[in-house]
Amino acid sequence: MSAEPVNPLADTDIEKLRQEMLAFARLQLNDAHLAEDAVQEALAGALKNSSSFSRKATLKTWVFSILRYKIADVLRGRYREPVQQECKDCSTDDDSYFDSAGHWQTGSAPRAWGNTDQLVTDEHFWRVFDACLEVLPGEQARVFMMREFVELDTHEICDALEIKPANLHVLLHRARLRLRACLSSSWFNAEAQ
Amino acid sequence: MMLSCEQASKLLSEAQERPLKLTERAGLTMHLAMCQGCREFGRQVSSLRDLIRRSEDHDDTQGK
Ligand SMILES: [Zn+2]
Repeated sequence: MSAEPVNPLADTDIEKLRQEMLAFARLQLNDAHLAEDAVQEALAGALKNSSSFSRKATLKTWVFSILRYKIADVLRGRYREPVQQECKDCSTDDDSYFDSAGHWQTGSAPRAWGNTDQLVTDEHFWRVFDACLEVLPGEQARVFMMREFVELDTHEICDALEIKPANLHVLLHRARLRLRACLSSSWFNAEAQ
Repeated sequence: MMLSCEQASKLLSEAQERPLKLTERAGLTMHLAMCQGCREFGRQVSSLRDLIRRSEDHDDTQGK
């Protein structure tokens, strides 16, 4: 068994991250106090699992995905929308990967990646990976990270986000489709994009 | 009934979260026998998990 994982963030990193989060939250919320609160909560929540992320960039994506969620919560309260939100990334039918019959679109069918054994220590690969993770829609990125990095199970994720397992499965499927497509075109050169 | 690639890839994704039912496994096996794209999808989905798990054991991959 490996030793206790190290928090990838030093105090100075956290402060820098906090400033970036604050700038982002202020912009979204247009209220300094609400922004401060949202950042505080998001940071505290995110850092609980920080040891699941061995790379700074991935941890940052994680922290921001939680912050976006907090901001959405605040905005929802402000506009008094119904609390039980539809899962928005579930309904957007942006699945251009499949044709109307549900078969892979020409050019979208996954092609072999080849041997991936050496990639785990390849910093270059992880930079591309983090960039691909970052362009996932927020909700998809968040559930993917909860599942694959924090290693929560379906129950735990559904409880935390108040979504149904069916929604979670849709989100994870979309996340995997996108992430693999992004890696295929940006790293493996497997499919023409 | 034949599964579409969308359904097959969804099952391959769900298999990462829960054990598939017998009927699901049967449908998937049939589909995969004929569909290379979905076979690759299945491989890649488990490669992703494997890479992420192994990366967490590699604290030396951290940036400076
Ligand atoms: Zn298929």
